[in-house]
Order: sequence, then C-alpha cells, then structure tokens
Amino acid sequence: MQLTRPELLDAYRRMRMIRAFELKLAELVTAGKMGGFMHLYAGEEAVAVGVCQQLREGDFVASTHRGHGHCIAKGVDVAAMMAELFGRATGCCKGKGGSMHIADVDKGMLGANGIVGAGIPLTTGAALSAKLRRTGGVAVAFFGDGATNQGAFHESLNMAANWKLPALYVVENNGWGEFTPTEFVIPVKDIAVRAGSYAMASAIADGMDFFDVYERAGEAIARARAGEGPTLLECKTYRFMGHFVGDPLKYRAKEEAERWIQTRDPLERFEGRVREAGLVSSDDLRTLDEAVDEEIAAAVAAAEAAPWPDPAELTSDVTVGGAA
Amino acid sequence: MTRTLSFGQAVNEALRIAMETDPDVILLGEDVAGGGARQGADVDEMGGVLGTTRGLVKAFPDRVLDTPISEMGLLGTAVGAALTGLRPVAELMFIDFLGTCLDPLLNQAAKLRYMFGGKARVPLTVRTVTGAGMQAAAQHSQSLYWITAGIPGLKTVIPATPYDAKGLLLAAIRDDDPVVFCEPKSLLFAPGEVPEGDYEVPIGKARLVREGHDVSLIGMGATVRMCEQAAEELEKEGVSAEVLDLRSLAPLDEAAILATLEKTGSVVVVDEATPRCGIASDVAALCVDRGFDFLNAPVRRVTAPHAPVPFSKPLEDAYMPSAAKIVAAVREVRG
Repeated sequence: MQLTRPELLDAYRRMRMIRAFELKLAELVTAGKMGGFMHLYAGEEAVAVGVCQQLREGDFVASTHRGHGHCIAKGVDVAAMMAELFGRATGCCKGKGGSMHIADVDKGMLGANGIVGAGIPLTTGAALSAKLRRTGGVAVAFFGDGATNQGAFHESLNMAANWKLPALYVVENNGWGEFTPTEFVIPVKDIAVRAGSYAMASAIADGMDFFDVYERAGEAIARARAGEGPTLLECKTYRFMGHFVGDPLKYRAKEEAERWIQTRDPLERFEGRVREAGLVSSDDLRTLDEAVDEEIAAAVAAAEAAPWPDPAELTSDVTVGGAA
Repeated sequence: MTRTLSFGQAVNEALRIAMETDPDVILLGEDVAGGGARQGADVDEMGGVLGTTRGLVKAFPDRVLDTPISEMGLLGTAVGAALTGLRPVAELMFIDFLGTCLDPLLNQAAKLRYMFGGKARVPLTVRTVTGAGMQAAAQHSQSLYWITAGIPGLKTVIPATPYDAKGLLLAAIRDDDPVVFCEPKSLLFAPGEVPEGDYEVPIGKARLVREGHDVSLIGMGATVRMCEQAAEELEKEGVSAEVLDLRSLAPLDEAAILATLEKTGSVVVVDEATPRCGIASDVAALCVDRGFDFLNAPVRRVTAPHAPVPFSKPLEDAYMPSAAKIVAAVREVRG
C-alpha cells in the first residue's frame, strides 16, 4: 500500500463525510426542512474520493445532479455547502444554485449540473484550458452511465482524444439511469469499450473499492499529465438510495440493494483493508467518525441560523457588469 | 359524467384515449414507462419523474418506449417517425432540456413541411414540464415556451386547468402539425373537473375566465389562477377585472385579446417567463399595434425578472409573478 497513514485517514474522513452529509440531507428533506430536487451519492463514495485523492490544486472536476460527493472529495467547504442547500446567503453559491448547481470554482469544482452529460464537454474545455495555458493541470468529468448516451459524451471524447487533452472521463456506472436499469438502454456490457471508437485509453475499476479506483485513476492522470491524452475510466458502483429523496424505489428489487449495501459498502471495505495492513486502527476511524458527525451538526446549526439572501440578489450576478 | 382529476391525471387520460383511438399514437421519452417496459420485470413502473404516464405501459406495452437519456436522439427519432406515418408523443422531461435538443424542433419539425413544398406532415406532440415553484433552480424551472412559440411551423399550447389539459392534449395529438404541449409544474397536482370520454379543446382559442369591464388581466398556464385571485382582490376595491387565459401561445388568439382590450381599455399581461422577447411583450405589442385606439392606459407586463430562476425559497417566491404584483400593476395603470 503506497498511501501514507495521513493520506489514508484523509481518504476515510472524506468518504465518511460524504456518507454522513448525504444521510443528514435525506433526514432534512424528509422532515420538510430543506427543499428542491435532491439526488444523493451514498454508496459511490470510493469513486469521488479515489479519483480526487490523485488530484492537486489547480486541477478541475465537473460533476452531475448527484454532485455533493464530488464537492466534498475536491475540498469544498462542508459548512458552505450545507448553507447552500438551505438556500442561505452564506452558501457557496449564495443560495442561488442549490443541490443541482452546487459549485466552488475557486476549489476547481466546476459545478453539479442539472443537465445530464453537460459536465463532460465542460471538462473537455477545462482540459483544453490547462493544455494551452500550460498549467500542468488535468480536468476530470464525473458522470453517470446514462450520460454516455448523450451526444455531448461522444462529441467530447472524440475531441479530447484527437487533441490529446489532459482529461479523465469517469463513468460512475451505478446500474440505474433514474428508474431504468442500465442494460435496458445500453447494449454493451462495459461502457469502457466506448472509448475504443475514439482511440482513447480505457480502464475498468471496482467503484466500491477505494484502492482500485485510486490506482486506476492514478495511472490515467499520470498519462494525462505526461501529455499522453485522456482516459475513459468506468467505475462499477451502486446507488444505495433512490434516484432522488422521496423516490419510492418500487422499480428496484429490495434484495438487489441489500446485497450491495451488506457486502460491498465502500467504507466497510476500506476499513477492512487498512486494518489488515496495520496502518490504521478502528479506534482511529471511530475518532474520525465523531469529528465528522460534529462537523455536520455544526454545519446544519450554522446554516439554520444564517440569513436568507437579500432580495436584491435576485438580479445580481446575471452578468459580470451587473446589468444584463 | 364529470369528476375531479388532477392536471397530471387529465394528461394521462388524454394519452390513454389517444392511444385507444389511434394505433399510430406512440409515447416515447426518458422513464415514461420508468423501468416498467422491461419484460418479465415484476415491478411497478414510475411513469415519468412526476408519475404522469403511470399505467400506460401496461395498457400499451409495444407503444410506450423508454428511451436512453438522449434528448437529441429521441426528439429527432420522433420527428422522423411522425414524418413517416406514426403520431408520436415525445416527452421532454423539463422544457429546460430544450438546450440539448433544439435542432429536431427548430430546423426539422418546424420546417420540413414548408421546405418540402407542403408535401410533408409532422404530426408530433412534445409534452414538457415548465415553470418554477418547486425549488428546482435554474436548469429545471424555466418557462421557455417563448422559444417554441417564436418558431414558425410549431404550435405551442399551455393549459391552465385539468379540463383544458385533457382536451388540448387530444387536439394536439390529432393535429397534423408539431405541437409543444406545456405542463406547468405548479399545476400538475392541482385538481379540477374533467368530463369522461373523448373531447377536444381547439388549438388557437383563448378562454374567457371571468368577465369584467375596467381592466383585462391576460394570463397563461400558472398565471391564470394568479389573475383570478387578483380579480377577486380588485373587486373589493370596486375594480371590475376581466380574465383571459391565452391557452394557445402559437397560434395566438389575437381576436380574443383585442376584444377584451376593446371592452376594458386596459391590459395587464402576466407571464411566468423572463420579460425579454416573450409572450407578454408580444401581447403588449399587439395591443399597441392593433388596439391603440382602445387603450385608455399603458399596457403593463407582470413577468419574472430578466434573471435565471434562483434556488433559495424566498428568492424563488420573489421571482414569480403573484396576485399581489398584478393588483399593484393594475393600481399603477389606473393611476
């Protein structure tokens, strides 16, 4: 295991933070304390964290409607995220974006996105920017299996491969596009093969295993930084919860979800691995659990006490100059 | 027999009747079956993200098609199918997604008949959800019907009641031209009286909701109810307001707009969309162009501001038109 103890603790803290954040949101939305369309990332933590642990300052990620995990993995402030989801002035988007548009460009997080597949060409553009401006940075797109049926996916991959851009395209194949199983709308078994049409490198990772994602992403990102072009990385993962908070989940067999949750939980598998290797003890992780829970509780309390946006914010930020 | 149905249920009933009465009607879109189209799957389908099409895949298993998340592909496919003998009803989950698939509507469906010298028909209906009010934020809350209404060759309708939802959808499906059918989010679960059986509401005809003689309040979709509330409020002040529901944005019922203007001499147009290049501006221009002699007061528009839809609840509330804003506008134009 090439990761150091502080790196392992940090990876666990981020995954645990995503899990706790999402479970807290489910609770808040169900209790009617928070509004809007809310899509949760629980179950897929190893993908966001496994990839983002390989990134540096100056690298970019673009995300999806299921975007809180990518924000946390990329280092967006959790309190500012919570305030955003409460629609408060102190939110990282001043309350204007909400869950589907949560972002922090200063942190290299180019936004969740309400349009399926829209983050993919944005990533291609961020990679073009990194290449032409010679920043040494890479750009990573996270998107679902469903997004690979959008023209934007195919057009972007073709351009990125042709221009050898420093990009990584991460498909989070969680088996479900909203309420429809992936195999019902995609005739290939592995989405990774779609890279072949664009002469692009590809890899498949176990998206429930932090270490596998970390290694595959590391190889791809190293190639990107070396000017060897982009990679399509398919992470086989699973959405523990519904498509959105409130989803009755009638279309999915209960046993299927239970099997994934009970046998392949990425946090439990991580704990098993690091304990076995003797680098981190369960006590270390329980200490982190407590710290994470306290941070989430503090974020909720601060957000609930924060002011609403000023009504003048309605028409500010439409353009840089102020007036449209 | 008339009974109470929600707007969404009325849409569902119209789809069922259209499919029963015409084997060429098909339904396609993302999750319109909601997994229920899978063979041998013993699960309940969702029937779309808002449940509007629930039950249809069981009744018409071969004619309700769950597509991949491929708006450009599904709308283009629907145009091609319409051109060659089917009568497709395509669902664009939210009108905001028009950004991913405008070409099949803008350059294909809208223009084929004209470009082909009248030798083609595109009997396509695009059902789509519009508007704000559910904190769905900037990319799921827009009222973009002004785009489709501005494209020659497309028709655009937006019912305000379950009764009109059913009748207008049946008319849209049976129309031989492409029709964009808007379902305002904030009305989808609102109840209203709907007759059983088959009936159509003609496209291109506005609906006089309430008679009055001092001012005309002209609304569409979700703003019709706001106009009615404003009229009730104004009545207490001794102002008699007429309320007109446009129902059809293209073609626009110009005669009905000019008739109410002639009667009251004053118009306030209320639109949930942004103000530039929109339906409210269009109606105001018509009043000035063709009804100038009837005007006793300036035409006033009550719309959303020229800004994206914000997420935060108080900001979203402030963004929307309301009965209070309409009443204030009426007081202003009456001096």
